[in-house]
This record gives sequence, C-alpha cells and structure tokens, in this order.
Amino acid sequence: MSSHITPFSGLRDVAATRPARTRRSPLRSTGFNSFLLLLALLAAWEFGVRFFEVPKFLLPPFSDVAIAMVQGLATGPLARDGFWFHSAITLVEILLGFFVGSAIGLLLGIVISEVEFLEVLLRPYIAALQSLPKVAVAPIIVMWMGFGIGSKVAIVSMLTFFPVLVTSIAGFRAIDLDRIDLLRSLSATRWQIFVKAKFPSALPYIFAGLDMAAAFSVVGAVVGEFIGAQAGLGVLILQMDARLDTGGSFAVFVILSLIGVALTGALRLVRRRVLGWMPAEEAHKTVSA
Amino acid sequence: MPVLEAGRAPAPEFIRVHGLSKTFGAPGPGAVQALRDIDFSITEGSFVSVVGPSGCGKSTLLRIVAGLLDYSDGSISLDGQPIHGTRRDVGFVFQNSILLPWRTILENVMLPAEVLGLDMKAARRRALELLHMVRLDGFESKLPRQLSGGMQQRASIARALLHDPKILLMDEPFGALDAMTREQMNLELQRIWSASGKTVILITHSIPEAIFLGDVVFVMTPRPGSLERVIQVDLPRPRNLDMTGSPVFTAAAHEIRGVFHHEGSLD
Repeated sequence: MSSHITPFSGLRDVAATRPARTRRSPLRSTGFNSFLLLLALLAAWEFGVRFFEVPKFLLPPFSDVAIAMVQGLATGPLARDGFWFHSAITLVEILLGFFVGSAIGLLLGIVISEVEFLEVLLRPYIAALQSLPKVAVAPIIVMWMGFGIGSKVAIVSMLTFFPVLVTSIAGFRAIDLDRIDLLRSLSATRWQIFVKAKFPSALPYIFAGLDMAAAFSVVGAVVGEFIGAQAGLGVLILQMDARLDTGGSFAVFVILSLIGVALTGALRLVRRRVLGWMPAEEAHKTVSA
Repeated sequence: MPVLEAGRAPAPEFIRVHGLSKTFGAPGPGAVQALRDIDFSITEGSFVSVVGPSGCGKSTLLRIVAGLLDYSDGSISLDGQPIHGTRRDVGFVFQNSILLPWRTILENVMLPAEVLGLDMKAARRRALELLHMVRLDGFESKLPRQLSGGMQQRASIARALLHDPKILLMDEPFGALDAMTREQMNLELQRIWSASGKTVILITHSIPEAIFLGDVVFVMTPRPGSLERVIQVDLPRPRNLDMTGSPVFTAAAHEIRGVFHHEGSLD
C-alpha cells in the first residue's frame, strides 16, 4: 500500500526476496512431499513387518519386494521366469485389446448415432449388456478361444468396447443442434457436418470413455490370464502365489500399476493435444460425468 | 468478393412470400399450426425487423427462408427462384453465436469457405477484412471463449458474411446480451449493414430494437403465427440512440404494442 511512497527501497526489497522464494519452493512442492510420504510409508512397512514378525508369505518386508523386483528385471527378454517376457505379453494384450475394443466401440457409436433407426432398435440391448458384469463372460471366452493371447485380447476388447460405445453415443446425442443447423444453413454435406461439427463436439465424451477403457483394459488382461493362459503377468502372479513367493507378487503389482499409469499418462498427452481448446475445469467435468 | 457491394438497382420483390403456412406434426388433433397464410415481399438491400411474442412463429419463418425447414403450403421465392432446401447465398446468425469452440476466431469465420469449397486464400483475405469491419482486429488467433459475448456475436456476423451471401438472416442475435452491449451491437449492426448492402431479416422480441434497426417492422402474433401488420419506419439513416425518443419512434412503438394488446397476446 505504501510502496509508492518509498519506491526505491521497495523495488530493491522485492528483487531481494525473489531468489529466496525460489530456493524454498522445491522443499515445499507437493511432488517432494509425496516422495517423503512414500519413503516414510516404505520405512514403516519394512520395520513394522520385521518388528511384529509377520510371516513372509503373508506380508513380505519391503526389501524382499525390492529384491524380487531387481531379480525379475535382471532377466533376458525371453526368460520365462523373468518380468520382461511376461510384461511384454500382458502389454501386448492390453494395447491390442484397447485399440480393437475402443475402435469398434467408437465406430459402432458413430453408426448408431447416425442411423436413428439403429439407435432405437439397439438401445434396450445396449442397456442390458451394459449392466452385465463383463468379467463374468471371461471364462467362456477363454473356453472358446483357448489359452493363447487371442482370448485375452478378446476379453480386454470386450471390457474397453462398452465405455467407448456408451460415451460416444452420449457425446453425439449431447451436441448443440444449432451447430448442425449452422452447417446445414451453408448447405454442408452429411460428411462435412460430421467431420466439422459432430465429431469434434463428441470428442470430450469419447475421451472420457477412453479413460475408463484404459483402466478396464489392465483389469481385463489380468483376469483373462488368471482364468487360463500360458504367459503374462497374471500367470506369473499365480505361479508366485503357489510358491508362496509373496514378495514376487508384490513386485508384479508394482509393474501392473506402472503399466496402468503409463497408459493413462499417454492418453492424457493425446487428450491435451486434441482437446487443448477446452478450459481445464471443463475437461475435468466431462471426465467425471 | 468486395466487402462493399457495387450498387445495382434493388429488386422490389427480392424475397416474395405468398400464402405461406407451416404445420408441425401429422395432420389431426396433434398437429400444431405454426404459421398461417403469411404474405409479404422484401426489397433488395432493405432491413426488415420481425417482432412478436414467443410462439408467434417468427423463428420458424426465418428457418423456412433459410431453407432449414420445409413449409406446408404457399410459396416462397428469392430473387425469382423458389426456395427448396438450403442455399449457398444465405448467411445465418444464431442467438448464441455458435462459434465452434475448438477453432480460432479466424478459423470460425472461414468455416463457410471450407464448407462451400471456396478459394481459401481469397477467403482468408476476406475474413481478415470482415474481422476488421466488425472491429475484431488482433483477435484472429484467439479462441471463442477468450472473447466477450458481444465480440463472439460480432465474429459470428463476420462468419455469416464471409461467402458474400445476398441475404443475412438473424435469429434474435442479441437476445443473450446485456442491455448496454445490446444497444452498442444495434449501432454496430446498422453500420455493418450499411457497409455491406445486404438484405437483412432480423428476428427480435424487443420492440425498440425492431424499430431502431428496421426500414420495415413486421409485427407477428401467435396462435397460429400470422403477420398482423407491416409498419414503415421513416427515420433517417444513420440512426442514433437519441432517436429512440423521437415522435416517429414513439408512434411506431405505440402502434406495435397496440397490435399485441388488441390480440391479447401480451397478457
């Protein structure tokens, strides 16, 4: 308030405090604090387990998990007891299933929204299928398609298909009709109306569906591998649990969640490129919707 | 495509509407008659305001002229040709500017050129000229949400003029704006109209706006929508806001209100 009365020293003071503030900031950043929290939790885990002498097959100390992780990663890409081989299989299942499932979901969503007759015809069936827990169908799919990668890709596709289908239909339905009239008033073709108005309008919804699909795809791959597979992180977990190698299982959990984080992160990058025009709060609203 | 149109003799019956009726829904008890037996003609280059309470079918009428809606009966022609479906020489301005939020202002204004397959280089030049005309220089690469409501509506007017349409159809373009911005936009629109020489049909539910802008005011009444009276506004151009207190203005406003009260449509 009184800064205009003592301009010179005031200016110098501002300049002098600035470096001090930047020096303090890394210690106060949320990232650094979450890292501290992680260290504290890991330490509590390690010493808690040792202090209370919890059996290792129930809850291994953190150091066992770390050792299992290092051993698992210190293997060749084709080693059947290593993490790389099984991670690659699971990742391929997730990615293939995600792309196939969401592509079919999006295409069908477009077709259903463009052909009113189809929407009316299929609406009850989509609603019915949507309420079915898709995981329940997974054993039959393994029975039909065998223990190879194919059945897992099918299960992941099935899980990713529905959220993308449902959100894209919702997105095409939510479009501001004036946008279509604007293009119609210019004698636009149906294709032009779709490309220039409908599809971009529905994109925030479609991305919300892809977000859900990404989370489901990891679930789908692991469940499929639990039911019946020759390789993959789900199989590895089953083998380790049978050997009471709980530390190994925990290491695999870490890898699975890293895959999930990488998937959502990649999706977020694409979204930022495609939906950069949206204000951040709005983008968040559509995701939670 | 110059922004300023070269002078040519105005056609007295540029838009001709005869016995126009519109009924929504299948014939029977569920059918709703939106327009009944509308007759009028509009001179090329004139500014026509259409005023009426909600439900009088004024938006329906505008959409029929734009070719966005079919009509049930009667005839309508533009420049001697009957209107069937949408046309390339119409510019439409909506109540909410309907700028596409993922496009910059310049990209929005150039939308008609993309849709109609015009020469993009020339269109870009013209878009910049139009943005200058609606006083949006420097906002070309901004996104719509970075502009105020009034600026967005000015951009949408520039968009409607890009392909040099013969007529500009405006569906309550300033209805969503606050009163002060609205008065300002009325002045702007008058300026833009006199600079572009277009034929304008402006739908509004504001009696002062209709009189201030129109050469002619069409007064419509609801149930079913019909054109009740056509009022000439003999105020000189360019008009200014002080004229809203003039006897001519007051008399016109009085006459329009008289029509609504007589019809019992303002109860």
